[in-house]
Amino acid sequence: MTTVVFILFSLMVLGGGLMVVTASNIVHAAGALILSLFGVACLYVLLNAGFLAAVQVLVYIGAIAILIIFTVMLIRREGEDRLSFNSMWSGVLVIAVLAFVGLILILNQVWPLGMEGGAPDMNLDPTVQLGRMLLDPAGYVLPFEVASILLLSAMIGAIVIAREKRKE
Amino acid sequence: MDDFRVADLFTSIGRLWTNWLVDLGVSDPWILFINSLIGAILIVVIPVTIVVFTIMGERKIIGRFQDRLGPNRVGPFGFLQTVPDVVKLLTKEIITPDHVDKVMYHIAPMMSVVAVLLIWAVIPFAPNVIGADLDIGVIYFVAVASFGTLAVLFAGWSSNNKYALVAAFRAVAQLISYEVPLVLSLLVPVLLASSMSMQTIVETQRQGWFVILAPISMLIFFISSTAEIGRSPFDLLEADSEIVAGYNIEYSGMKFAMFFLGEWIHAFTICALTATLFFGGWLGPFVTQVPALGVVYFFLKMFILYFVQVWIRTTMPRLRIDHLLNFNWKFLVPLALANLMVMSLVTRLLNPIEGPAADPVVQGAVFFGANLVLVVAALMIVGGVARRARQAQEAQRFRAVASGVQG
Repeated sequence: MTTVVFILFSLMVLGGGLMVVTASNIVHAAGALILSLFGVACLYVLLNAGFLAAVQVLVYIGAIAILIIFTVMLIRREGEDRLSFNSMWSGVLVIAVLAFVGLILILNQVWPLGMEGGAPDMNLDPTVQLGRMLLDPAGYVLPFEVASILLLSAMIGAIVIAREKRKE
Repeated sequence: MDDFRVADLFTSIGRLWTNWLVDLGVSDPWILFINSLIGAILIVVIPVTIVVFTIMGERKIIGRFQDRLGPNRVGPFGFLQTVPDVVKLLTKEIITPDHVDKVMYHIAPMMSVVAVLLIWAVIPFAPNVIGADLDIGVIYFVAVASFGTLAVLFAGWSSNNKYALVAAFRAVAQLISYEVPLVLSLLVPVLLASSMSMQTIVETQRQGWFVILAPISMLIFFISSTAEIGRSPFDLLEADSEIVAGYNIEYSGMKFAMFFLGEWIHAFTICALTATLFFGGWLGPFVTQVPALGVVYFFLKMFILYFVQVWIRTTMPRLRIDHLLNFNWKFLVPLALANLMVMSLVTRLLNPIEGPAADPVVQGAVFFGANLVLVVAALMIVGGVARRARQAQEAQRFRAVASGVQG
């Protein structure tokens, strides 16, 4: 049962991803991206990571995808919304596949695939565990705080750029 | 049959049904599947049924507010007015313009309804009566709400109409802006209950409704959700008194009505959420002994809040778009941020990691006092800024007049 559902969602992710790169209309590509991202959220649910799934939908679909569509719609000019294939696409395809396989091989050397050190304790609420890990001094509090400082500086940067120039 | 109790009506019905399936010899995974399917269908049917009554009720109430009778021709006191309305909408011709983007044009209205219906999966009606008591209930609600924004964007773009596109941009600017204070105010009930599960949030309110502990959050949540559904005074999404309506301009018949169905359902859905998060959801007298009463209390609270919303809708004038965005970014967001900080500080002070938590009455008093101080401070700051702006304007006018006299 789980396998069937997993295959369905994987098809959704991969099919969506394929449509992103093959769609001739750029807004359709953005729509397919949303489908693919939603499939990833469904996979998170299958993995019992409800919080991650909700955050995936919230951040990637609710914020990033909407921003992408917004930008695409704003910068589009007449007759430019049809993408065409570059003549070198077959070469690019080979390089992309090689890079992907190479990355998998290298990463497999550094962090072997598959689960190690046993599954996390399923009796505890995974969301609570995640929260503890993120704010625990022995856990990931430093990367967490560094990331928040990065976001804060991005926000201040946006305000500085968007601010009206005072004419006096 | 012996364990059937009227007091616990809904759980008893569920148990009887499951026992019946077991007696028929249905295997466990299939029982789970069938029960989930029935649950999903109920979650869709309940809000769509309620909306028929709220449309009629709202038209009657607005009629009274505007010193007229409201619909009074179909059925006793016009109570069946919605039935011919629905029949009319269903039988209207659906015209699809030539140059629309077919796929997205047809997906958008469905998405706007589904985005709202999904919220009902996590709303608790009574103890043990809930679609799915997710441990991430609150953030789930925020996540599915983003599909509504997408629907607006899809509808505006796929219509291939400049007015629709501009309206969609305007609408999305409003929707994503008001999502910020909405989420910030939602964090306060989560903080007070130390859980994101809707049932736990309701259970925690046995000691006192969160509206007493966090009235500012309640107001911010209610205001920003009213902006999210695009109702008066925030009805710029489809200002229906203007010539070009909005992102839905190219839609007709039932497809057009789907957007409004979504909006109408959303209107009382946010009331249901406010009732759950801040007014104790299904809590009420004798609810521990008679759990079935929870449904009554829940819908009672929801409809009272809905009345308040209709009241606001019919008495407030529409805001201008720059006022709308300024109100959000310069007032609601800073207030929500300050509120969140104060609330987390007070929570930690009253419930230290070591040592006993403070008495509930003391807690309520301190929380309410902190909110009061915050509101007074916010209003004083806003008042001061407004006064300075007014004085600057007057000084400028004075200078203009003075130079005119000289010349």
